[in-house]
Amino acid sequence: MRRLGLCLGLAFLWLPVLLLAGYAFSDSRIPFQWGGFSLRWFQALAANERMLEAAFLSLRVAAGSATLAMLLGGATGWVLARRGPFAGRALFGALAGAPLVLPEVVTGLSLLLTFVMLQGLTGWPAERGATTILLAHATMGAAYVAVVVQARLAGMDGMLEEAARDLGATPATAFRTVTLPLMAPSLVAGWLLAFTLSLDDVVVASFVSGPAGTTLPMLVFSMLRLGLTPEVNALAVAILLLAFLAAGGAMLALWRRTEL
Amino acid sequence: MRRLQLLVPALWLAGFVALPLLVVLLLSIAQPGPGVPPFLLPFAWDGGLVLRPNWEPFGLLVADDYYVSAFLQSLWVAGGTAGLCLLLGFPMALGIARAKPHWRAPLLMAVLLPFWTGFLPRVGAWIGLLRDEGWVNGVLRGLGWIDAPLPLLYSDLALFLGMVHAYLPFAVLPLYASLSRLDLTLEEAASDLGATPATVFRTITLPLAAPGALAAFLLVFIPAAGEYVIPELLGPPEALLVGRALWQEFFQNRDWPVAAALAVALLAMLILPIRLFQRLEARR
Repeated sequence: MRRLGLCLGLAFLWLPVLLLAGYAFSDSRIPFQWGGFSLRWFQALAANERMLEAAFLSLRVAAGSATLAMLLGGATGWVLARRGPFAGRALFGALAGAPLVLPEVVTGLSLLLTFVMLQGLTGWPAERGATTILLAHATMGAAYVAVVVQARLAGMDGMLEEAARDLGATPATAFRTVTLPLMAPSLVAGWLLAFTLSLDDVVVASFVSGPAGTTLPMLVFSMLRLGLTPEVNALAVAILLLAFLAAGGAMLALWRRTEL
Repeated sequence: MRRLQLLVPALWLAGFVALPLLVVLLLSIAQPGPGVPPFLLPFAWDGGLVLRPNWEPFGLLVADDYYVSAFLQSLWVAGGTAGLCLLLGFPMALGIARAKPHWRAPLLMAVLLPFWTGFLPRVGAWIGLLRDEGWVNGVLRGLGWIDAPLPLLYSDLALFLGMVHAYLPFAVLPLYASLSRLDLTLEEAASDLGATPATVFRTITLPLAAPGALAAFLLVFIPAAGEYVIPELLGPPEALLVGRALWQEFFQNRDWPVAAALAVALLAMLILPIRLFQRLEARR
């Protein structure tokens, strides 16, 4: 009975995705219809300039925002796990977790309005596009990284750092030789999670982007609005593979040393 | 170094999390204007501070049936999705928690991977399955069960299928967390004392898993309430949830104050579930 429920649930989760992936290799013009094995839709993708441009922008934004998110989220997670009490700690924690619970439309709208106001007051950002999307995604990604890093650091008490200090290490040395290596797997996992998050987002990017910046998800979304075509199907599979690799990598990075 | 480690994230959170929330609050009482950007701030400096708040957007949200129905629909869809995820997720989480130890991590990964692998591709998959010439209609027709295709896409069915598919992993994780910690000897004791499996489940397993179930419900409900993409791509045109209404005010009507007011109202609606969820998390 339990096993049946589990199998049904997993089938429900995976069947649509597997069908999509399978039919991407079909020669037929109609999506989800088998017309013999073919790579023609992937070849069509590789020849589509607009799509390649969007894909390149998305990868750049995802890599940049994931790196920024890793640094900011790493620092945030460290503060929450290791730094003792300080004034405003509760507010700091609430703000660090806020992007996780805010609806996407609210995050997108609020960041866009902020960029518009800042532009009116300071002239920066002069135009919206890759930079504003990168900053918005970094904000969301950092919240995820902070959770992962905090959980990792909380899982092991501060004894190791204390031991390093007792043996004469300066705080900086203790951080570099003990804390940072401890954090490393969670930083790698966090980077990959932030990367997939950025590669997956359409709502926030649509809000904070301008006419110049169309990311891959924004393009896919506008195409899906008109219905599914074999090109979109093939593109979806390409995204799926990339996200799959990143997510799998993130889980392995965490899993290797911590038991689930 | 230590000071920098605190200062940099604190400044970031102030600028990119706290400030945007204040700006939305400010904009929700701004005047709509014809310029670029299309609003006038609710205050101005004219020899002294002049306040000119505009309460019309919020008045509109309360008075206009269009917006009231958007909030009711969001509540219904988010609540329904969370309920369905709970029903489907509970046996899954139980199955994983009671599987042999070396199976648990791979099974959990099988549930979580779809969550991190492309949200839009998965919505696209449902379009391919459900549209008139789609896979489901093709199979049903092949079996000779139907003559004309069933209008499956752009329906409430498609909306809920897409929502549950997207949010199911959110529900399984907290359920698994509480079920895997459950003390099995309690169940054994109950059945030794003559309880049937159904009674054991009802009187031991279910009550002990209740906090996890509530967390699972909230974890789905909170993001689902503001969902935009799935109702837009899979739902019927009349499924105007808050996320969709906000999007239209902003992108089509260019009425930024009303869009901001919708965002503030959505947050107000979610503040209780969010607080409740955070309290549940803190108790662990």
